[in-house]
Amino acid sequence: MHGESIYRKPLILGDKTYHQITEDICAPIEGRANKLWYLVFTMAAIAALWGVGCISYLIGNGIGTWGLNRTVNWAWDITNFVWWVGIGHAGTLISAVLLLFRQRWRMAVNRSAEAMTIFAVVCAGLFPLMHMGRIWVGYWTLPLPNQFGSLWVNFNSPLLWDVFAISTYFSVSLGFWYTGLIPDFAMVRDRQSVKWMRNIYKITSFGWSGTAKQWQRFEEVSLVLAGMSTPLVLSVHTIVSFDFATSVIPGWHTTIFPPYFVAGAIFSGFAMVLTLLLVMRKVLKLEDYITIGHVESMNKVIITTGSIVGVAYITELFVAWYSGVMYEQYAFLNRATGPYLWAYWIMMGCNVISPQVFWIKWARTNLIFTFFMSLVINVGMWFERFVIIVTSLHRDYLPSSWTMFYPTWVDVGIFVGTLGIFFTLFLLFSRTFPVIAAAELKSILKISGEGQKREFAAHGGFEHGHGHDDHGHAHHTSEGGHHE
Amino acid sequence: MNKSLIYAVFSDPDVTVSAGYSLTKAGVKINNVYSPFPIHGIDPAIGLKPTRISVAAFVFGATGLSLALLMMWYMMIYDWPMNIGGKPSFGLMQNIPAFVPVLFECTVLCGAHGMIWTFFFISDILPGKEAKNPDPRTTDDKIIIEIDPAMQKQSEGDLIDMLKHAGAEEINRSQNH
Repeated sequence: MHGESIYRKPLILGDKTYHQITEDICAPIEGRANKLWYLVFTMAAIAALWGVGCISYLIGNGIGTWGLNRTVNWAWDITNFVWWVGIGHAGTLISAVLLLFRQRWRMAVNRSAEAMTIFAVVCAGLFPLMHMGRIWVGYWTLPLPNQFGSLWVNFNSPLLWDVFAISTYFSVSLGFWYTGLIPDFAMVRDRQSVKWMRNIYKITSFGWSGTAKQWQRFEEVSLVLAGMSTPLVLSVHTIVSFDFATSVIPGWHTTIFPPYFVAGAIFSGFAMVLTLLLVMRKVLKLEDYITIGHVESMNKVIITTGSIVGVAYITELFVAWYSGVMYEQYAFLNRATGPYLWAYWIMMGCNVISPQVFWIKWARTNLIFTFFMSLVINVGMWFERFVIIVTSLHRDYLPSSWTMFYPTWVDVGIFVGTLGIFFTLFLLFSRTFPVIAAAELKSILKISGEGQKREFAAHGGFEHGHGHDDHGHAHHTSEGGHHE
Repeated sequence: MNKSLIYAVFSDPDVTVSAGYSLTKAGVKINNVYSPFPIHGIDPAIGLKPTRISVAAFVFGATGLSLALLMMWYMMIYDWPMNIGGKPSFGLMQNIPAFVPVLFECTVLCGAHGMIWTFFFISDILPGKEAKNPDPRTTDDKIIIEIDPAMQKQSEGDLIDMLKHAGAEEINRSQNH
């Protein structure tokens, strides 16, 4: 048996067996939803429908229904786009980067974090499509031959790179997520007595049998996909930041943008993961799997990335001053002291100052406080994008064009609508999909289960060398003792 | 052809691995192992060769990279070169730095999807396929070692004794399918 130090806290609490894990994870799928779920779902669905209505109104009437003007020609739409893409990054970070780093705590949260990624990217993708104004010609962004002559898309433009980055990111995340789901769908399939339920999960599980060869390939596919997704997730927000960094707008034209955007994305993504999971673990009774230890680990990622973001803000300020370029200097002075100073200080307060409380262990391990902080960070990161986009634009090179941006009800409605779409999808997911990667958790139960650890400690932990026989029979041969 | 297979049921992955070693050492050919989760170290124990599926990822990734390069060369350099702000962009090598992001994305796009679909096809998992696990418990909490007695030199009784000694909790027989 490959053990783990008895001093390391268990990742699965309580005396769980493999069967108990199956029961706990299938319970939300097989049981009935409670009133709270219906209430939240109704609210989310109404918001989503309202959003669909606003989008229809926008498409029918044009971009003029937004609050944009000649000076501020990018505002809420791109803010929301960057915000949603950023939120998506946490899922890939958890499932890919933490897999490469062999962080076992990822196993309880990766499934729902990846689902969040996919739903967030769906919401994000809506905004550039809508901003085209004529959504029905959205396919013009693809490199297709056209009837206007052989004019192609411009591969020197970061906006086109974004088309490739976002679509690759979305489809690869979906494939990675679904591949991981197949064995768990098979688990749900094999315990259904109702025929139509069984048939649905038969289709979604693709006829998975769990043979040794399938598992061997499955693990290889997971590893290689993680290896590809890791640079992919870094590239996506890097390219999103290029949309700004390659322009000549003061406040955007900075080389620090790619790493700063990536750190900010992970920061906001983990905040959204915590917002969702702190509720989900309670409602679906998964406290034994998504433990305080998991929450603390995620809070550590938040303080790390939050501090990187803070350093980036301060570096930007320093470089603006040090550059000696008056336009650059003014852009930053205007952010901190101009008419949008409230937005700037909300951003600074929420993203730089507030996460620093996570140096205190109490703050990292208190669930209600963490939930509150996750909302604060979500707000802060939305304002970060708003500050970068709107305050850099609203006072341009020509003071006679200086103006302010005021969102219309359509701006607000579409943003609220995407929140609705996101939560609707997540709530549906939580009742029909295995929300925790059951197969992965089972593979670490013997190492990280609380009951199993207690037994391991009672048998002397590592004092008997690496082998300890659970049931007295089955002797390890010399080649069979040590794995991983 | 497989009149009757032996299904030895285990509930501990480590016991299964050592059972795999002791069986293969005695010359028993193991048909298959069904488990609810990946068992680390089972592959050498039952004589399973390492998978070469990563080669597929490499081949698909390299194809994606080449196609993306060909596409951008054709569109931006050969078919319709554009003067973008007077910057040097009329030769492939002059313009290639701007192509790097799309080259990378296309590599990942083709590599990842190529690998996923290769995995689905060679492992016979596609929508609508019938599952082949002999017992529904193998996706829950039990591990099954499948042995075809017709292919072994040991007698059936010996095989069952060996399996029981190796820690099998139940021995089941398939009903002719």
